[in-house]
Amino acid sequence: MAQTVIDTANHIAAYAAKAARVQVIAAYPITPQTSIVERIAELVESGEFDAEYIRVESEHSAMAACIGAAAAGARTFTATAAHGLVLMHEPMHWASGSRLPIVMPVANRALGPGWNIWADSTDSMSQRDTGWIQFYCADNQEVFDTIIQAYKLCENERILLPAMVCLEAFILTHTYMPVKIPDQEKIDDFLPHYKPNWILDVSNPLSHGNILSPEWYMEFRYMMQESMENAKQLIPEIDKEYSKHFGFEHGGLVDKYKCDDADLILLTVGTIGSEAKVAVDNLRREGLKIGSARIRVFRPFPKEEIRKLAENAQMFAVIDRGISFGMEGFIAEETKASLCSQNDRPLIAGFIAGLGGRDVTFKTIEKIAKKSAEWMQRGRIEKETVWVDLKE
Amino acid sequence: MTVIQEFEKHPLAKYLRAERFPHIWCEGCGDGIILHCFVKALDDLAVDIDKFVVVSGIGCIGRAAGYVKCDSFHTTHGRPIALATGIKLANPKLTVAVLSGDGDLFAIGGNHFIHAARRNVDLTVICSNNFNYGMTGGQSGPTTPLDSYTTTTPYGNIEHPFNLVHLAAAAGSVYVARWTVLHVRRLAESIKKALRKKGFKFIEVISPCPEIYGRRNKLGKAIDIMKLYRQISEIRHGYDPAKAEITREKIVVGEFIDIEKPTYGELLQKQFIKIQQKLSEG
Ligand SMILES: Cc1ncc(C[n+]2csc(CCOP(=O)(O)OP(=O)(O)O)c2C)c(N)n1
Ligand code: SF4
Ligand SMILES: [Mg+2]
Repeated sequence: MAQTVIDTANHIAAYAAKAARVQVIAAYPITPQTSIVERIAELVESGEFDAEYIRVESEHSAMAACIGAAAAGARTFTATAAHGLVLMHEPMHWASGSRLPIVMPVANRALGPGWNIWADSTDSMSQRDTGWIQFYCADNQEVFDTIIQAYKLCENERILLPAMVCLEAFILTHTYMPVKIPDQEKIDDFLPHYKPNWILDVSNPLSHGNILSPEWYMEFRYMMQESMENAKQLIPEIDKEYSKHFGFEHGGLVDKYKCDDADLILLTVGTIGSEAKVAVDNLRREGLKIGSARIRVFRPFPKEEIRKLAENAQMFAVIDRGISFGMEGFIAEETKASLCSQNDRPLIAGFIAGLGGRDVTFKTIEKIAKKSAEWMQRGRIEKETVWVDLKE
Repeated sequence: MTVIQEFEKHPLAKYLRAERFPHIWCEGCGDGIILHCFVKALDDLAVDIDKFVVVSGIGCIGRAAGYVKCDSFHTTHGRPIALATGIKLANPKLTVAVLSGDGDLFAIGGNHFIHAARRNVDLTVICSNNFNYGMTGGQSGPTTPLDSYTTTTPYGNIEHPFNLVHLAAAAGSVYVARWTVLHVRRLAESIKKALRKKGFKFIEVISPCPEIYGRRNKLGKAIDIMKLYRQISEIRHGYDPAKAEITREKIVVGEFIDIEKPTYGELLQKQFIKIQQKLSEG
């Protein structure tokens, strides 16, 4: 019998690692990720979770240990946040380049200085070029389901890349919600035991990390890009298959809400996407034809879906809880890049909101939507990037 | 009288940033005592606060950098020694002290510690050793004793801990001492000595974390932990740091190493002069 538990997204992530029958976990604690790895440590130590837990001395070592474990053929897991994540930057490239299907929850938290432990997605979004697949979750159920789905995806021969599963600091990490945890046998059916294509094996020795000359380097990078393209096809398929097994579906690459007839579409990520649904309902009652599209996968970026959404919409209002300094919000940038080859583009305005954990409620989103609707009516945006509720 | 006016009456208040208080530390935490001894040493030495810099990493004790009223840097987790090295080399006139935790200095930042000691960079490094990562809720780290309970070792720790004074001595520190927060007077004197001395100086301070490490290991209230320190600590100056392992029965404290050796800055200066001479000779 599937079991319903009421718990924080962090604990749910730990249960997902156990349900995925992860074999090796290497982690270093950092707020707000700590309770993921603390719970895993408890489960492993008590024998309920049959895995090795390595208490490494930094995140850089955590990723290195994961690379070793994955190369030796184990299903591997770590979790981190903010400074821990950016410290992993170097071995993260190595994990993707080695084509190792490591899965890592990231508790999205602001980077210092000034020290701040609250929600902000600049930490993971700034890692967009590391060759990792990136998922963003909107609730605790999605955290569980996405971790299971991520292993299914990453271990697929056509992918063989690592993935991050992002959950915003405190808004998800420490918030209790009911979550359905399916039966272990059913999860095992969906996600069979990990069978690596190659492993470090004494009887059939392989040598890793060799020189790759200019003659071949490009071809290896091209294969990674191909895998990212494949992921765009596989992610929605896996999401559908998962829902057939367990009932939950999260929208594949983009979780669309009332977009079909919408003139104005809010493009969001993470929990801002859940709040956006409330704002959409409220504004629809006032007669605005509005919808919300929550980007669930940031890498690979769902270009084609964005283009499809753009066909009927007059305007996109993009809300980013992160900033690429010197340019704009990450999603705003990628959205524009996705559409630049298209004729008849909708108007696009970017909104930077909620950095460092400032609340973005449905009211904030309604304000953004109303301003956007005004610009849409006039057929012109007044500002490319608006910093919402900025003290000036 | 406002709280700040009240605060300013404290004889050591001039070294502290009143507006930052009350501090974040839990009741009974040893970090307040360490800060007190540190500030007392500054006062006794009549340190020119304009030429003094405190650097800390991240952790409970790391907040100390924000409390002292001098130039200070609360840097990223693990990097205070590397950062302090930069400050010292850029401006050798500054006295630079590092105040940080066992996790910060010996887990994520361990490499910087051994290399700064090896080079004999002119820094005073004070470590608040509370045997766990206090700030993140009490996980095990590089000084957690065998069999101790932490959130990541719920059934007891199986990893051998570092003996920090041995590590510091082996890596090349010119001054190595260990105290507990019970030894307030000796600790302050030791800090004074370190600040006056040139080279890489290391002081380990055994510090209670009653709220987290203490609670998990049933060490009682802060006062009980202090009583324990009195019971099991033994002052032995000049003792071989290799033998000074901390056990449940004994904590050897004292000054273990006090030697002279040219500092990195001095050698750098000498090298500079040597090269200049060579160049001028053509
Ligand atoms: C790169 C990075 N990883 C992890 C953290 C989270 N973190 C903050 S303090 C800390 C441990 C602090 O332990 P210690 O240095 O012993 O100081 P204490 O809190 O015990 O005084 C950790 C793991 C961080 N801030 N940055
Ligand atoms: S958690 Fe422990 S080390 Fe940190 S302030 Fe509290 S008692 Fe001190
Ligand atoms: Mg500590």
